[in-house]
Amino acid sequence: MTTPRTLYDKIWDAHVAHEAEDGTCHLYIDRHLVHEVTSPQAFEGLRMAGRPVRAPEKTVAVPDHNVPTDPTRLQGIKDEQSRIQIEALRQNAKDFGIEIYDIDDNRQGIVHIVGPEQGWTQPGMTIVCGDSHTATHGAFGALAHGIGTSEVEHVLATQTLIQKKAKNMLVEVEGELAPGVTAKDITLSIIGKTGTAGGTGHVIEYRGSAIRALSMEGRMTVCNMAIEGGARAGLIAPDEKTFEYVKGRPHAPKGGQWEMALEWWKTLFSDDGAHFDKIVKLDAAEIAPVVTWGTSPEDVLPITATVPAPEDFAGGKVDAARRSLDYMGLTPGQKLSDIEIDTVFIGSCTNGRIEDLREVAKIMEGRKVKDGLRAMIVPGSGLVRLQAEKEGIAQKLQEAGFEWRMAGCSMCLGMNPDQLAPGERCASTSNRNFEGRQGYKGRTHLMSPGMAAAAAITGRLTDVRELM
Amino acid sequence: MEKFTTLTGVAAPLPLMNIDTDMIIPKQFLKTIKRTGLGANLFDEMRFERDGTENADFVLNKPAYRNAEILVAGDNFGCGSSREHAPWALLDFGIRCVISTSFADIFYNNCFKNGILPIVLPQEEVDKLMDDAQRGSNAVMTVDLESQTITGPDGGSISFEVDAFKKHCLLNGLDDIGLTIENAAGSIDAYEAKVANERPWI
Repeated sequence: MTTPRTLYDKIWDAHVAHEAEDGTCHLYIDRHLVHEVTSPQAFEGLRMAGRPVRAPEKTVAVPDHNVPTDPTRLQGIKDEQSRIQIEALRQNAKDFGIEIYDIDDNRQGIVHIVGPEQGWTQPGMTIVCGDSHTATHGAFGALAHGIGTSEVEHVLATQTLIQKKAKNMLVEVEGELAPGVTAKDITLSIIGKTGTAGGTGHVIEYRGSAIRALSMEGRMTVCNMAIEGGARAGLIAPDEKTFEYVKGRPHAPKGGQWEMALEWWKTLFSDDGAHFDKIVKLDAAEIAPVVTWGTSPEDVLPITATVPAPEDFAGGKVDAARRSLDYMGLTPGQKLSDIEIDTVFIGSCTNGRIEDLREVAKIMEGRKVKDGLRAMIVPGSGLVRLQAEKEGIAQKLQEAGFEWRMAGCSMCLGMNPDQLAPGERCASTSNRNFEGRQGYKGRTHLMSPGMAAAAAITGRLTDVRELM
Repeated sequence: MEKFTTLTGVAAPLPLMNIDTDMIIPKQFLKTIKRTGLGANLFDEMRFERDGTENADFVLNKPAYRNAEILVAGDNFGCGSSREHAPWALLDFGIRCVISTSFADIFYNNCFKNGILPIVLPQEEVDKLMDDAQRGSNAVMTVDLESQTITGPDGGSISFEVDAFKKHCLLNGLDDIGLTIENAAGSIDAYEAKVANERPWI
């Protein structure tokens, strides 16, 4: 009898190209996504050593972090350093024979939205990118994680990554979500429970009826934030929804190869009795719409709660909470729903997909963005933008008072012109509320797209259920 | 990559948990296409005021720690993004070793690719070294990778664990790509041939 294996074990076993005596492995990489910020030094390294890209057909490039989301970007990027990085990506793609979705291409967008959209992302694959939110692709049952630039160079040169196997962690979410509660609330609640280091050294498999019930978009939101829980990768076993999503996309397998792929994909699940080193369980019915109050994604509470006091915590977290509250300008005991905001950001690889925009449109139906607020919607890709325009969502949201932008990472990380001013407070659908993340001294509250829409209407953090 | 054998230098205390990569090197400095020059902006938002003047309270601005080569930090150091600019900035500043109870995975790996040694120790030992690091210019420690020991200012010694392969690469300053081509190229060719047959759609 063979030993029962987890989904992670199965994908790992199928990709070990070389194993050294001490257990260090060369894991073969099926897809490598490249963007402008973490790749220039890697291509430079290849040039200096006279090395080619080993598998350019398994590599795809897209500029996203740096690109302005203002339509005038097509007339030229003003920031010189950003322009140089984007030009470098374009030149490197050309020199090394890599496909690129450039800023004038409708397929351009955030790398983690583009990969699935174009069918590069498929079940059972190993996928890497020089970006920690690569975990997103785990929603397809692909082993996907972020790597550093030296590793980007290593993958470009050898199509492998030097790895030791991580541990298996299971996060099980059973039951049905209440109305107004979304994938974002699930993933933030998990981090609230495990902490930002809870998944360190592990690959998380998300399982349970609440995960099964999510759309592919929702599953991507859950896996996207695996890294915020410390795990390099998050996985969800592929099922009919997954196959349906992948089928017919430009880079999906076709004809006889589709059938062949499907047969293998259907074996990609954790066997009964497979061993997990760590198990966390959540009851879906107990998950509420949540927001973050501090400067770590683990600082998460239901919107109905109040701002905690440093003394509510233990160990190093007491000082960390004090520092967070000071940075965020909040007082213990204050109701979260009394916190007034200046800006609303809807977008990012966490929540920049069509389903997210539909959710926002639903809440905004017949309502307006509160006067004086800056509210922006940044579709995750040019194709998401077009789809929203086709469905009439774009027009409705603009009429409601939102700015309608071009695709890119935008205010999720503020490397481009979209940034918070010092002290400005933002209701954001992004993934990190770190100090300075969205702009120097900017204050970020993470939440779902529906919650961000609710905040846009009232001008304060708001329970979306009151507006449903 | 520069070899790491032994390091004797001042250790700076940074007793804050969850120091993320945005704190280590904020995003506006990631627009470079080089690996060098980032040390000037290491911990930028903690180290400098907006007008560019130094924040006198920040540890690396204090006279005793301006040339620190070791950091002793709180839990979960290096969490957040995959930016290798974080270890590049540390290295460019002159930090070759970081000691904590835990590191984020991607940051931990990135250190080894750049000749920086991240050391994981139990809480009580990190607490002890944190106390030692508070001694200003007397906070001199010696980190010996070969023997896997840290010697504190009082001469007491603490041993640490490190992966054998990573240790070998650091001690000898070995480049991963060169090693892979030398040791694994044949296996990678064979793997590709096998998969072309079994999973031709990849």
